[in-house]
Amino acid sequence: MPTLAISFRNVFYTYPGNEDYTLRDVSFDVALGSTAVILGGSGSGKSTILKLVLGLIKPESGVIEVGGVDISGLQESALMPVRAGIGMVFQEGALFDSLSVAENVGFRLREHDKLDEQEFEERVSRLLGFVELGKFYDRAPSDLSGGQRRRVSVARAMAHSPGLILYDEPTTGLDPITGSTICDLIVKLRDLEGVTSVLVTHQLRDAFQVVQSFVMRKNGAFIYNRIEDVELLVGSEFIVLNEGRIVFRGLQRELFRSDEPYVRKFLDGQIPVSVIETEGD
Amino acid sequence: MLDAAGNWVKERLAALQAFSKLSFDAFASLFSKPRYWRETLEQMDSIGVGSLTIVTLTGLFTGMVLTVQSSATLDAFGARSYVGRMVSLSMLRELGPVLTALMVSGRVGSGMAAELGSMVVTQQIDALRSLGTDPIRKLVAPRMIAGIVMLPVLTVLSNAVGMVGGFLVARFTLRLATSLYWHSALDAIKPHDLFMGLLKPLVFGYIIVAVGCYQGLTTTGGTRGVGESTTQSVVVASVLILSTDYFLNLLILKFVYP
Ligand SMILES: Nc1ncnc2c1ncn2[C@@H]1O[C@H](COP(=O)(O)OP(=O)(O)O)[C@@H](O)[C@H]1O
Ligand SMILES: [Mg+2]
Repeated sequence: MPTLAISFRNVFYTYPGNEDYTLRDVSFDVALGSTAVILGGSGSGKSTILKLVLGLIKPESGVIEVGGVDISGLQESALMPVRAGIGMVFQEGALFDSLSVAENVGFRLREHDKLDEQEFEERVSRLLGFVELGKFYDRAPSDLSGGQRRRVSVARAMAHSPGLILYDEPTTGLDPITGSTICDLIVKLRDLEGVTSVLVTHQLRDAFQVVQSFVMRKNGAFIYNRIEDVELLVGSEFIVLNEGRIVFRGLQRELFRSDEPYVRKFLDGQIPVSVIETEGD
Repeated sequence: MLDAAGNWVKERLAALQAFSKLSFDAFASLFSKPRYWRETLEQMDSIGVGSLTIVTLTGLFTGMVLTVQSSATLDAFGARSYVGRMVSLSMLRELGPVLTALMVSGRVGSGMAAELGSMVVTQQIDALRSLGTDPIRKLVAPRMIAGIVMLPVLTVLSNAVGMVGGFLVARFTLRLATSLYWHSALDAIKPHDLFMGLLKPLVFGYIIVAVGCYQGLTTTGGTRGVGESTTQSVVVASVLILSTDYFLNLLILKFVYP
C-alpha cells in the first residue's frame, strides 16, 4: 500500500524547441490525504509539474511515481488506469465547448461506465449539486461566468471519485468572493471526501484559506472553521518554484520564517504574476 | 547557412514523421474498441451535407465554362458535336475531383484545423486525455473515415452537375441537340475513367482530413496560432492535392492505359 500520492525524484524537463530546462532537478512528495500548495510566479513551471503528474508529457530524466506506480516510461494506454485515479481542474477550466454542462461533468461516465440515462442524470445532478450549479444542467459552457466554469470543471474532475485532484490556478482571474467559494469547494473535497489535493496558485490569500480552513457536516449544513494559529498547521506543505527550481519546501510557519530571497519577495507581493482580467460570478 | 538548411530539412522530416504517425494511429484505432460511430456520422453530415451547396455550384459553373471554352476550339475543326465528350471526360478525370477537393479543403479542412487548434490552446485536448479518452480515436479517426467516404460522393455529384451545366449551355447557347450531347458525353466514359474518378477523391479526402487534423493538433502560440494553423491547412492541403493529382495521373497512365 503506497503512502505517497505523488513522488518526484530529480525530474528535469524541457519543452521541445526550448533551449533551457523548464524544470530542473525537481524533487518532492505529496503524502496521501495531504494538501500540497505549489507557489511561483508566472512561467515558473507550475503547470508543467501538473502535466507531468498526469503523464501528458514525459520527463527528460528523473522518476515520477503516482500512487506508487512509476509513470515516467509508461505508454499512453498504460497511463489510462493511472489517470482514472486523478482529477484535474485546468487553468481556464478547459470545458468542452461543444457539449452541455451535464455532458461535460458526466464525460467520463459516458465514455467509461455503461450507465443508463436515469443513473447518468442522477449522478450528474448530484455532482452539480455539490458545486451548487444544479440549475445549469442543460446550459452551454459559453453561457457561464468564469467562476461557474471553474465550478463545472471541479465537478467534472471529481465525477469518477478520484483520490487525487490537481487544481491549476483555480481562482486566477476571479474576484475575491468567487475565488473564496472555489477554495471552500477544495476544502470540502479534502475534508469530506478525503481527496489528496495539489493546489497550484500564485494567490497567497487563497492558498492560506485552503490550508487554514476545515469543514464539517452538521445537521446537513457545512460548517467552515479557520485555524488562525499557523503553528498548529501540519497537514499541508508549501512548495515554492522559481524558474523551474524548487527554492522552498515546508509548512506554512516555515514559509513565514524563511529568509530565502525569492520566498520573501513572493510573500511581499513583489513577484509579477500572469495578468488575467478579473471575471465576476 | 548550411546549418539552417540542415535544420529546415530535419524539421520537415520530423513533421512528415509525425504526420504519418497520426494517420497510422487513426487507422489503427479502427481495429479496436471503443469506436465512435456517432461522431463519424456527425462528421459525414458536416462534410457531406455541409458541402453540398459549394460543390454543386462549383460543378455547375465548371461544366458551363468548359462547354463555352471548348466549343470555340471544337468549332474550328467542325467538331461541335464532341462537346459532351469533352465536358464529361474533363470533369470525371480532372476537374471534378480536383475542384471538389480544393473547395472542401477550404471549407472543411480549415474548419477542422481551427476546431482542433482551439481545443489545443484551451487545453481541451489535455482535458480529454486526462479523462481517459484518446483524442486520435475520438476526434481524428471519425473525421478521417468521413472524409474518405464523403469526398467520392461529393465528387460524383459535382461531375453529374457539371455535365448538366455543360448540357444547358450546349442546348440553349450552342443549340446542340439533346441526344447528341448526352450520347457523346456518356459513350466516352470508359471503366478506367470511373476508376480514376473514384480513386482520386478517396486520396484527396484523406489528404484534406489528415492535414487539417495535423495542423490543428500541432497548434502552438494561442489564438494567433489557431489562425496560422487554419491558413496553413488550406495551403498545405491544396499543394498536396495538386501534386498528388499529377503523380496519380502518371501512375494511372502507366498501369491503366499501357
Ligand atoms: N507548450 C509549450 N511549449 C514551449 N514552452 C512552453 C510550453 N508551455 C509552457 N512553456 C514554457 O515553460 C515555462 C513554464 O511554463 P508553465 O509550467 O506553464 O508555467 P506556470 O504554470 O508556472 O505559469 C514557461 O517559460 C513557458 O513559456
Ligand atoms: Mg500555469
